[in-house]
Amino acid sequence: MNPQKLVAQFEQKARAVSAVVKTMAGIDDALAYAVNVCAQKKACAVLASGCEYALSGPAEELCGLKQWEKLMAVPNLSAPDIETLTVLCRDSGIGLIRQGLAAYAGGIDVGLTMADFAIAATGTLVLNCPDEDLRLATMISEVHVAVLRSEDIYANSDDAADRLAGFFAASDYTAFITGASRTADIERVLTLGVHGPLELHVLIIDASTSS
Amino acid sequence: MQTADNLRQYRRQLKAALKNEFQRTALDNFAVAYRDGREASFAGIDRTGLIEQIGTLKDVAMARLDELFDQFREKAEAAGAIVHMARSDTEANELISRIAAENNCTRIVKSKSMTAEETLLNHFLENQGYEVIETDLGEWIIQLRHEGPSHMVMPAIHLSRNDVSRLFSEVTGKQQDTDIEKLVKVARRELRQRFVSADMGISGANFAIAETGTLGIVSNEGNVRLVTTMPRVHVALVGIDKLIPTVSEALLVLSGLPRNATGQAITSYVTWITGANPSAASDTGKKKMHIVFLDNGRSAMAKNPVFAQALRCVRCGACANVCPIYRMVGGHAYGHIYIGAIGLILTYFFHGRDKDKNLIENCLNCQACKQVCVAGIDLPRLIREVQKQIIGGEKGLLLASMAAYVLKRRRLFHAFLRSGRYIQRPLAGKTGYIRHLPEVFFKDHKFKMLPALAEKPFRDRWDPSRFSPAHPKYKIALFSGCLQDFVYPEQLEAGLELLLTANVRIDFIPEQGCCGLPLYMLGEHDAAADLARWNIGHIDPKKYDFILTLCASCGSHMKENYPYLLETDAGVRERAGQFAEKVIDYSSFMVLAGSVGTANAGTKTAKAAYHAPCHLCRGLGVRRAPRALLENAGYEYVPNDEEETCCGLGGSYSFKFPEVSSAILDKKLGTVAETGAEILVTDCPGCVMQLRGGAVKQERPFRVLHMAEALKASLSHV
Ligand code: SF4
Ligand code: SF4
Repeated sequence: MNPQKLVAQFEQKARAVSAVVKTMAGIDDALAYAVNVCAQKKACAVLASGCEYALSGPAEELCGLKQWEKLMAVPNLSAPDIETLTVLCRDSGIGLIRQGLAAYAGGIDVGLTMADFAIAATGTLVLNCPDEDLRLATMISEVHVAVLRSEDIYANSDDAADRLAGFFAASDYTAFITGASRTADIERVLTLGVHGPLELHVLIIDASTSS
Repeated sequence: MQTADNLRQYRRQLKAALKNEFQRTALDNFAVAYRDGREASFAGIDRTGLIEQIGTLKDVAMARLDELFDQFREKAEAAGAIVHMARSDTEANELISRIAAENNCTRIVKSKSMTAEETLLNHFLENQGYEVIETDLGEWIIQLRHEGPSHMVMPAIHLSRNDVSRLFSEVTGKQQDTDIEKLVKVARRELRQRFVSADMGISGANFAIAETGTLGIVSNEGNVRLVTTMPRVHVALVGIDKLIPTVSEALLVLSGLPRNATGQAITSYVTWITGANPSAASDTGKKKMHIVFLDNGRSAMAKNPVFAQALRCVRCGACANVCPIYRMVGGHAYGHIYIGAIGLILTYFFHGRDKDKNLIENCLNCQACKQVCVAGIDLPRLIREVQKQIIGGEKGLLLASMAAYVLKRRRLFHAFLRSGRYIQRPLAGKTGYIRHLPEVFFKDHKFKMLPALAEKPFRDRWDPSRFSPAHPKYKIALFSGCLQDFVYPEQLEAGLELLLTANVRIDFIPEQGCCGLPLYMLGEHDAAADLARWNIGHIDPKKYDFILTLCASCGSHMKENYPYLLETDAGVRERAGQFAEKVIDYSSFMVLAGSVGTANAGTKTAKAAYHAPCHLCRGLGVRRAPRALLENAGYEYVPNDEEETCCGLGGSYSFKFPEVSSAILDKKLGTVAETGAEILVTDCPGCVMQLRGGAVKQERPFRVLHMAEALKASLSHV
């Protein structure tokens, strides 16, 4: 399959499971997009998701732990990207965290991560994340924004088997992520954002358009 | 969880389940949605090929479990995990509680694991004073209600939003809304706090990949990831049947599992964990990672030539989704811990004969589970085999051995049936139905009219001279089956009449006896094999082009089960195979013989709905022929979505579980009525008995006909 087709198939499959997929010209656009998502989060959403409802004492306490500024987790970004982000975030009043994410389990607004690769057939992102902070960014953030390079899309999981086996060769944690966290456990009604992110955004940096 | 001591208690539980209106509606909607979702998710995929591949690779893996375990242990331990083997459920529970104690853990968060349900791990740990919180939403809900799961994939499918709202109001001490979205968010916050404070996480696993020592876990909610990340200790409890040689093979199974489970191409998350990963909460900076493998009878199963295939199961839950009984009664009444068809089998091995002895009887042998299983397990066959073992342990099972005694003695059986018509006379009058069933025996069986025995059985009406052309196109041996011979001879006569001009030679060999299916269904396999031997002995397959039967049940039993039952009998094995090859059902033969022309096609004489007998559509794999015949005969065929759903008869099933049988029948007749059909046509006298009996009793506006009767009737319209 040619690269364009793979991108198109990935987009279609990921959207089918309610992911937001955007094509970006370069990493700077992706960073700006993520900051924008964070800044645009509705005012009431400064509360961690669920904290606006009637909760038990201990659950409410944890809501209190959430910082009263917006937070973006950026565990695996390169130093130059962090620099760019720092400037953008300062302007928008967003705090950046790179490590020690477990302390923020109360809620992080946006987790911005780089994906290792993707699988077009199912619209799946693959993140090699033995690093605990990277893992947590994709779990406890309310919105997960993942950056994917268009040349890193495989047609199906079988094509990626060797690469996965390579990850698994030493102690490892690898995540397949397809859409947002979901449940249908109550009356089979599909509900997004049960334990993990409420939204997944995939930003594809298209090699053919970026320099 | 089904725990009845005896059949009567179990039936009481089933009756209560049938009255649960919410569950009935929920499961009914689910059955329909599941069917469509699954179809859509497999679009463009060679499903049959995939199922075959999964079955084969699992079989190969199960044959080398010891080796895979050693390899897994070596790899996982090299990556920092500690690998244990628990021989029994108690051993696994004790091991896990020891790990908790050694690491000073008190608060445990858990993600869903059927294996942990199997060992009753939560009870065990709670009794030891640990706090254990289920974090999968459905599991948490049922844990709070002190219930077991009612479905392997959707554990709380039996509950409504109102139930959950009430429960959450209690748990939070604050009044909760009934809005599902809000309830989910409340659970998110309540459980998030549990993740933060937990010191140990317990998960299951869907895959244990030997070549890399990796666990693979599927989930949609994302709780598995938090359970395996936030606490400093992680214990995975994994059945040894989850061992799989390579990454590629795990990916292959993964391409079928979620599709078959929920109609998803893949779950939201698949988590792959190899060894001990960094953990900020741990004093060493590394996760304390323990993997506990559970045997609990599995390695013995793997060595059993009949039951090894049950270990192919990937716990997708589909065999419950399509089961007409599950659809009526739900998982609490249709499983001990494991639910659905596979539950009927595994309960015997994991939880013992007593827990399974009532459950195992609760199967129609409709084959719907076999057709849907993503691992290609012949579930109905294994259910019969477990039943046989259970009955073997209970020598005096009266009904089965009496039936075996009578059915095996052909003369006695036939004499019994002949005399029956004198006995029934005062009960039946001339109506063709038995009007006054003795109250004591039949109080639960009044949901349908039962047919009376025919005045004269087919064998006494048969005139061979009409089917002896000089140069026949085909030579046919007719197999009548008991029901058409003694109750519905008119069906056979109608069927044969249409063959008068087909230039076929038809022999009816009077020595033939019962096909043996009723005995097989009762678990009397030896007696069933004797009957198979008898029939094969008297009907020489080499002399005929076809062995024709108008009974789909006899047909599928003779074709599928004769070779199976006689597999180990070197004397007749070959002939059984030849015999089975020649067996053909009526609709297929009529299409082949071309004796229903298209003369009437398009005349639209009456609206005809079709009921596909389980033994025809799934047993013999015949789907197109009957519909084509109806159209050719000039009927307006009106399809419906439940055509292939069992009618609820299941041979002796409807006598053992009349309540369930009648609920399934009602649903069926209701669906047919919605089509506006004037006749309901089917290919099996058993289905006719059930459907017609119900339609007459309920005064439905359509008549129920055997295909032969329908075709004959269409001719009179010309
Ligand atoms: S054969 Fe039919 S009734 Fe029996 S378990 Fe399978 S689906 Fe259910
Ligand atoms: S037996 Fe087959 S259909 Fe049933 S849960 Fe197991 S894999 Fe799924």
